[in-house]
Amino acid sequence: MKKAFSAYLNKNSEAAPLAVFRIFFGIMMFLSVIRFWWHGWIEKLYITPQFFFSYYGFEWVKPLGEFTYLIFIICGLSALFVAAGFKYRLAIITFFLSFTYIELMDKTTYLNHYFFISILSFLMIFLPANAYYSVDAWQKPKRAFQKIPSWCIDSIKLLIATVYFYAGIAKINSDWLLEAMPLKIWLPSRYDLPLLGDLLQQEWVHYFFSWSGMLYDIVIPFLLLYKPTRVFAFVLVVVFHLVTRILFPIGMFPYIMIVSALIFFDAGLHHRILNFLSGLFKIAKGRFDNGREKYYRPVRRKLVISVLSLFFLIQVLLPWRYLLYPGELFWTEEGFRFSWRVMLMEKAGYAQFKIVNQESGKWFYVKNSDFLTPFQEKQMATQPDFILEYAHFLGKHYKKKGHSNIQVFVENHVALNGRKSTLYIDPEVNLLEHCDSFKTKTFLLPFHDTIKGL
Amino acid sequence: MKYFKVSILLLFTFTLSSCNSDDEGKKTDKDNFDRAALLENWADNIIIPSYENFASYTSDLEAKTEAFVQDPSEAALIDLRESYEEAYLQYQTVALFGVGKAEAINFRMFLNTYPVDEAAVQEKIESGSYNLELPSSYDEQGFPALDLLLNGLAAEDAGILDFYTTHSNASAYLNYLQDVSSRINDLTQEVLSDWQNSFRDQFVSNTASSNTGAVDRLTNDYVMYYEKYLRTGKIGIPAGAFTGNPMPETVEAKYSNGLSKDLYLKALETVQNFFNGKHFDSNETGPSYKQYLDHLNTVKNSTDLSSLINSQFNAIAQQATNLNDDFVEQVKTENTVMLQAFNELQKNVVLLKVDMLQALAISVDYVDTDGD
Repeated sequence: MKKAFSAYLNKNSEAAPLAVFRIFFGIMMFLSVIRFWWHGWIEKLYITPQFFFSYYGFEWVKPLGEFTYLIFIICGLSALFVAAGFKYRLAIITFFLSFTYIELMDKTTYLNHYFFISILSFLMIFLPANAYYSVDAWQKPKRAFQKIPSWCIDSIKLLIATVYFYAGIAKINSDWLLEAMPLKIWLPSRYDLPLLGDLLQQEWVHYFFSWSGMLYDIVIPFLLLYKPTRVFAFVLVVVFHLVTRILFPIGMFPYIMIVSALIFFDAGLHHRILNFLSGLFKIAKGRFDNGREKYYRPVRRKLVISVLSLFFLIQVLLPWRYLLYPGELFWTEEGFRFSWRVMLMEKAGYAQFKIVNQESGKWFYVKNSDFLTPFQEKQMATQPDFILEYAHFLGKHYKKKGHSNIQVFVENHVALNGRKSTLYIDPEVNLLEHCDSFKTKTFLLPFHDTIKGL
Repeated sequence: MKYFKVSILLLFTFTLSSCNSDDEGKKTDKDNFDRAALLENWADNIIIPSYENFASYTSDLEAKTEAFVQDPSEAALIDLRESYEEAYLQYQTVALFGVGKAEAINFRMFLNTYPVDEAAVQEKIESGSYNLELPSSYDEQGFPALDLLLNGLAAEDAGILDFYTTHSNASAYLNYLQDVSSRINDLTQEVLSDWQNSFRDQFVSNTASSNTGAVDRLTNDYVMYYEKYLRTGKIGIPAGAFTGNPMPETVEAKYSNGLSKDLYLKALETVQNFFNGKHFDSNETGPSYKQYLDHLNTVKNSTDLSSLINSQFNAIAQQATNLNDDFVEQVKTENTVMLQAFNELQKNVVLLKVDMLQALAISVDYVDTDGD
């Protein structure tokens, strides 16, 4: 076993797949930043709001006013540098830091896709993605290699496989499979799609999408890994992600996943892609085909392998942390994020905060629109950590305005996957008496139904 | 390379087709809830008849104002006041339709921003220079300004009439009164004629499912009207729900003795009738939120949401029987009854904004960011 592992670590393969991955990744990220700017989202999401929701422990990460644009510029430029493979290590570290900073500024905008990009770029810091077909390799032939250790490419495959697999098993629950929820709510609302519109009203279609979505996510990594089914699997990847692109507003993500799946193919395909690019941009590809193989010095290799092992261990364990919390995961959302639970819930809520003077008993309600954007208010109203953070913000705000003996209560109704809305937070609890932590939130009221499954 | 080309090709075709999807027009099918019929019922049987009815009252209001300006007698004042009260009441039947022209010209803001800025009105009248088209003059015109000019200038009719007859600036008062009335009527006719001409077809044919579709837009507006104008404006702010202190000076139609409750009841009735698709001034009903929810219910076997919402509307109306005819009195003497009204209204905010919008898969905000 140990022998097999060390033999595997010594195995080398063509660097072309990683080079192609680096190029497409960099370009996609650059386009994503441009698109984000183009839609006016930098202004709307990070400059206009007066209050931002922080991740626990990252309260110090805030937008920088007008300088927020600068972070996006840095992020976009570093993505271009990554694509070109120019000063790659510095570029990918800069990208990882700037992108992650952006994601940490306000958790209102949390998406699994963004988390995926963050950890993927972290992983890429440790991979020699500039060994082949890059400006770095062109400039320093000594550092250019046609072949790199196989584990460098396999680690990206492993990350993609983890994402799909966990997204799949998260769908093994009674709401998704037995009730076809929330697709039963979402699909009929796309009644005006050409061809599909009427079909999406049919109940069997909701079940078909639910079951096939679950099966797709679980099986696709294996179909991509197994050579005889690979082309078929890739066609499935393209069809699946484009269907989701048509049905739901998910931005660049489908394209990123489609392009990423190319890494599962043999190097022949990637050489053809690079030949095509070389023809287009008049690049002498032959200069990179030097036949040289990259080997790590033992100490260095040990270090990198250790970091990656730890990284993957965390990725494999993180989605299961919800087991440490009591209560229904979809209801409490304790351990919900960073776990590839994608499209599983239709959750809506309404939160009416009440500021009470403990001594006089005088009270008044808060107008959320005075402090939050509609998007923030929507996200806040269904997630306990948002509600708690906002309650503390309100406490501080009114204390500063001269109110004293403040208590903050909330009447909060939440509806999950088509169930009738019910009270979510105990309206008798003064939220200022609770602090955010990783511990379970005792002010949540129980969910009056059961969702069976993983 | 072959499958690469194929996938690129696929990618483009799918992207193109998905880009087109928002523009595709209406399509109906028996499995599908017929949104075109829903929009037709709204436009032809509810919205346009409501505006037609309201517009007849605003013309009457303008005419009665003219009569009063010609002859500022006590009889003319009583006539005009009656016309104003009727028009204000009928305004409640159109206030919730803030789409199209009404949205573009800020109809709601110009006609009914209260409390009126009394000092500003006096100052404008004294100076004689004003431009009622400015957004900064929202709270110097509309029904709240008429409320002030017809009821609030003095305690007795004789005292009010003095402003239009013996006052050193009497003609300026008459002019301002006339301008306010005419503007109410002009804006109303503008909105009505837009509905009667191009906007009706545009509205009815806009069956898109995106957030620019007519169902989506009007529904967002309906929920917003209920929460912000009905719950917060008519009840919440006067009751001090957002400040802790009752504010009688913020009651709608505060100078018109006993009108405030009628306005509230009318608005409430309108909101419930619209929910049930009840034709204007008739007992017939057509396609509505109720039918839409019932239709979705047969698909989803979930709770009977439309009944819950209707019984809550009834509970609100029931609670309203405890309210004093004059909300100024109510707030001053027994504010808790007012707060009870707020709590009852609040229950339907949750049912409409959380449960109904979830069932209809309509998103409540206009932020068009990506989802998971």
